[in-house]
Amino acid sequence: MAMTGFISGSAGRLTAKRLVAVLALCTAVSALIAVLAPLFGVVVDRTGWHLDLLGPSALDPGSPDHAILWIRVPRALAALLVGAALAGAGCALQALLRNPLAEPFTLGISSGASLAAVVAIRLGVDGVFGVTGVGGAALIGAAVTLLVVWRLARIGKHLPPATLVLAGVTMSMFCSSVSVLIQYTSDFTDVIQIVQWMMGSMETVRLVTVGYAAPAIGVALLVLVAYARELNALAAGPDVAASLGVAVGRTQTVIFATASLLVGAAIAVVGPIGFVGLIVPHALRAVLGPDHRLLLPTSMLGGAVVLALCDTIARTIVPLHHLPTGAVTAVLGVPFFVVILVGQKQRALLWGRG
Amino acid sequence: MTWVQLTDVTVALGQRDVVRGISAHVGEGELVVVVGPNGAGKTTLLRTIAGLIAPRVGSVRVLGHDPVRVPRRVIAQGLAYLPQHYELAFPFAVEEVVLLGRYARQRGLGIASDDDIAAARAAMAACDVAELATRRFDELSGGEARRVIVAQALCQGARCLLLDEPTTGLDPSHARAIFALLRAQCEAGTAAIVVTHDLDLALRHGGSMWLLADGRLTARGSPAHVLATAETRAAFGVPIHVGSLPSGVPFAVPA
Repeated sequence: MAMTGFISGSAGRLTAKRLVAVLALCTAVSALIAVLAPLFGVVVDRTGWHLDLLGPSALDPGSPDHAILWIRVPRALAALLVGAALAGAGCALQALLRNPLAEPFTLGISSGASLAAVVAIRLGVDGVFGVTGVGGAALIGAAVTLLVVWRLARIGKHLPPATLVLAGVTMSMFCSSVSVLIQYTSDFTDVIQIVQWMMGSMETVRLVTVGYAAPAIGVALLVLVAYARELNALAAGPDVAASLGVAVGRTQTVIFATASLLVGAAIAVVGPIGFVGLIVPHALRAVLGPDHRLLLPTSMLGGAVVLALCDTIARTIVPLHHLPTGAVTAVLGVPFFVVILVGQKQRALLWGRG
Repeated sequence: MTWVQLTDVTVALGQRDVVRGISAHVGEGELVVVVGPNGAGKTTLLRTIAGLIAPRVGSVRVLGHDPVRVPRRVIAQGLAYLPQHYELAFPFAVEEVVLLGRYARQRGLGIASDDDIAAARAAMAACDVAELATRRFDELSGGEARRVIVAQALCQGARCLLLDEPTTGLDPSHARAIFALLRAQCEAGTAAIVVTHDLDLALRHGGSMWLLADGRLTARGSPAHVLATAETRAAFGVPIHVGSLPSGVPFAVPA
């Protein structure tokens, strides 16, 4: 009982001891999952399908298991990286928008990145630059969308949540419409590729892409963690935060830009994968409390773990087929969403707020 | 020493001038109560002093600094502003909310030091919310929440307090306690500017009163004096009768 209180923080403020303990636990779990995930596989024989764990033989370059491991490692690394990016961005954006149900894709970045990817596929960029070309286009699309939304939503030096969401939704609708038009006028092979890309998949991830993305995502995540106290102060609104000493406009801009770039990078590597950015921070907040000094880093670790698990499930649940990871997160995410919704309704009834 | 100096301040919201040509100053240890009808510009004036809005004309100086130009972190160590509406987006505990007041003085991760905790405890004790420390802020009653917010401002250690209707929603005993607390802080040297509709408490505890009507400072002086003027009657549309009980406690009643 005392232990759960210690973890959940029902004892009040964050202490150094609790921060270190919870982070150490989360890091240990993440490291464990990171190592085990690529070892999981499925084998089909006359008796049906069963789990097949790669053993130490996979480390021997001569064995066939080695090739299999080497195919899975980039996927697993990408899952960890993208999961951390999406959950970290989601947590920061929930704080920025002062709404625990904000999703990184609310701000239109996803649609902008997807539109850029659609255009790239249509123009045959993938024929020249491969999948990395589409990813690069997506990143550019994310950056452009981010700038447009920022200009649209800005009032003075501030980024008020209300205008940010409106601008984001507007961009989303615009980008989706154009994307649909392009798909309508594309030939069949292009459309198939577009649809596949939109489902969000780890299949075509290459180690070199992960190599480029990792330092960028790592730096961005560190920037977010550096602003954890500001995110706490913003919870009371911009006036109180300013009174407390936060440079509100600058903080809002940095968080918005960093979170958007994280989302853009994630989309560039594996395509749009939803729900992780919403569910992980939201669930962790219920368990660990809203202090972002703890919530942000644990969301990142949690996102890495969840996406790695989802990717493993995507690889193994239907034998001989690889489901798109985005589909798995959506299927698992919807029941979570329903639970959250029911909880909100109960709370509204209890406290009389409609 | 002048802690807040307003020189011919005019503030516009959109196209309209909401505060017009106000010149005033507040010194160390002064408790100024600001009264006036709704829409007179009281909140805008407070926000301008806090540096959240830049005046169209004129200058504001808080502890010698221009609160719009100087970094927020510097201003925060001297000035705390409590808005009328306070909504916490996430379920922080009361102790965490009060500790947020130490933001400007902390560095790095800001794990609460012994000094921080002591300041928070003292502030919570002064506002009578010490036993609520581990409760969730969003589960408090309106009055309890208000006292926690005042505790946060006190924890900030600011020598200048701007409070926008701090006693709204408080029962008489706690409203009185807040003003008594402010009075005690002012006697220790803090300057406070308090917007309030609570004329009794303003009369009892206020050192000086400003009457704001239609953006202008139309009367100033001791509360008893200001409440009895023709300007006050014109502003509120009804005369305020100032008297005192046999025990000596003053009261103000719209008659």
